[in-house]
Amino acid sequence: MSMLVLEDVHTHYGKIEALHGVSVEVNKGEIVSLIGANGAGKTTLLMTICGNPRATSGRVILGGRDITRQATASTMRSGLAIVPEGRRIFSGLTVEENLHMGGFFNSKAEIRKSQDYVYELFPRLKERQYQRAGTMSGGEQQMLAIGRALMSKPQMILLDEPSLGLAPLVIRQIFEIVGHLRDEGITVFLVEQNAHQALNLADRGYVLETGRIRLHDTGANLLANPDVRNAYLGG
Amino acid sequence: MQDVLYFLQQLINGLTIGSAYALIAIGYTMVYGIIGMINFAHGEIYMIGAYTALITITGLASLGVAWLPLVLLVALICAMLVSSSMGWAVERVAYRPVRGRHRLIPLISAIGMSIFLQNYVHLAQGSRNIGFPALIEGGFQFGAADSFQTSISYMQITIFITTLICMTVLSLFISRSRIGRACRAVSQDLGMANLLGIDTNRIISATFVIGAALAAVAGLLLGMYYGSIDPLFGFIAGLKAFTAAVLGGIGSIPGAMLGGLILGVSESMTSGYLSGEYKDVVSFGLLILILLFKPTGLLGKPEVEKI
Repeated sequence: MSMLVLEDVHTHYGKIEALHGVSVEVNKGEIVSLIGANGAGKTTLLMTICGNPRATSGRVILGGRDITRQATASTMRSGLAIVPEGRRIFSGLTVEENLHMGGFFNSKAEIRKSQDYVYELFPRLKERQYQRAGTMSGGEQQMLAIGRALMSKPQMILLDEPSLGLAPLVIRQIFEIVGHLRDEGITVFLVEQNAHQALNLADRGYVLETGRIRLHDTGANLLANPDVRNAYLGG
Repeated sequence: MQDVLYFLQQLINGLTIGSAYALIAIGYTMVYGIIGMINFAHGEIYMIGAYTALITITGLASLGVAWLPLVLLVALICAMLVSSSMGWAVERVAYRPVRGRHRLIPLISAIGMSIFLQNYVHLAQGSRNIGFPALIEGGFQFGAADSFQTSISYMQITIFITTLICMTVLSLFISRSRIGRACRAVSQDLGMANLLGIDTNRIISATFVIGAALAAVAGLLLGMYYGSIDPLFGFIAGLKAFTAAVLGGIGSIPGAMLGGLILGVSESMTSGYLSGEYKDVVSFGLLILILLFKPTGLLGKPEVEKI
């Protein structure tokens, strides 16, 4: 049962084509990793799913519904959440306010419940709940970005380089949480430059090179693949 | 003693006019904070608020309604409704279609809207000064009867208290309510708010409506205070309020409040101790100084964020 399907998706920035016909499938309950070098189009791919920018041709199907032409805001209200590149937490708002923004469309009772769940997942955020989010460390901000995405109780979560710029210990913690999310039944689409850990965790993986899918296999097979080892795992 | 009384008088006059500037400045600062543009038609929204209030007051008088609190309340509500719808419509018609384009395009659109609204009122209401009835008269006086007396009119007290109420309600709304929180989030990162499913267009409309409603309050108050209005009523007040917003740090709501008060007080001090002719020199000179030495304004934050 597929949660997300991209069929021959092309995306343009002005006249420049960034994605040259990408097809990806993510099944319900899976972790699928997308690896690739800087500038390969990984972030563009995630943002195209969200509808910003929109695919110029091809189809994006979420939970059986075609969302290719749907406005970003309504896509993001239909069970999808994103932890974007660079985290993009609201730095002037408190931790708690950031979380409440994530659960904007839920009732007060639901927000309370999701908030308790996020604080259980990241006790650090609870300690800092009334602190301005911009004053926290990078790792804490990343936790907040993930927590905020979880507040809407998504069926599927998109993660854009959650390990970027973080200490190894924090990275391990973040990946543990991502694995935990799958155990809770949330489908995960993970974009990473940190190929080793991303593929280790993933059920399946895709390799994106200059706007095209080059390889597609199980996480373990990709880890063993000599081309992947050479290009992304440092030999 | 006389000097103190004289100073006090200037201070009271300054705080009165300054709090009205602050009410108008909120509209500039909120819109700038959220979409980074200067809504140059905001002064006209304020002027239309004053006209609506006057028309309502006249209409109620012809109907024989004379109970003052009722008259003021109805005039206030009508002015706020009309100005808010205007603010909303201006954004829909003149700004939304050009949003995201080069910065100059919305700016030109705003100036065009301002000219259009001004001339519309010229046509509809005539260009002459129209007297605005001073519905609230009388006041207190301090000081010996044979020398200088400080006076506070009830009108000044009304302006001050009304502003205080508006600011308190606004602050609570922005800091506590769900929509207020969304306003702050959108002003920090509109794209991210959109990625959380928030219809950012509605939040933007809300800031225009809120700003216009506060400008309408100021329109009614200053119309009564000055005693007459004309279609250019919004021009200079809009410019002053814009100065106040920049002075306090454009994008910052407490900044707009502070900027308005500082501007009002420095204007009345100039009028009181130098000459009324110099008061605009001082307020715009203040603007130049702030732009030279602290371009972010008194309470504005530099645009550096921890990554």
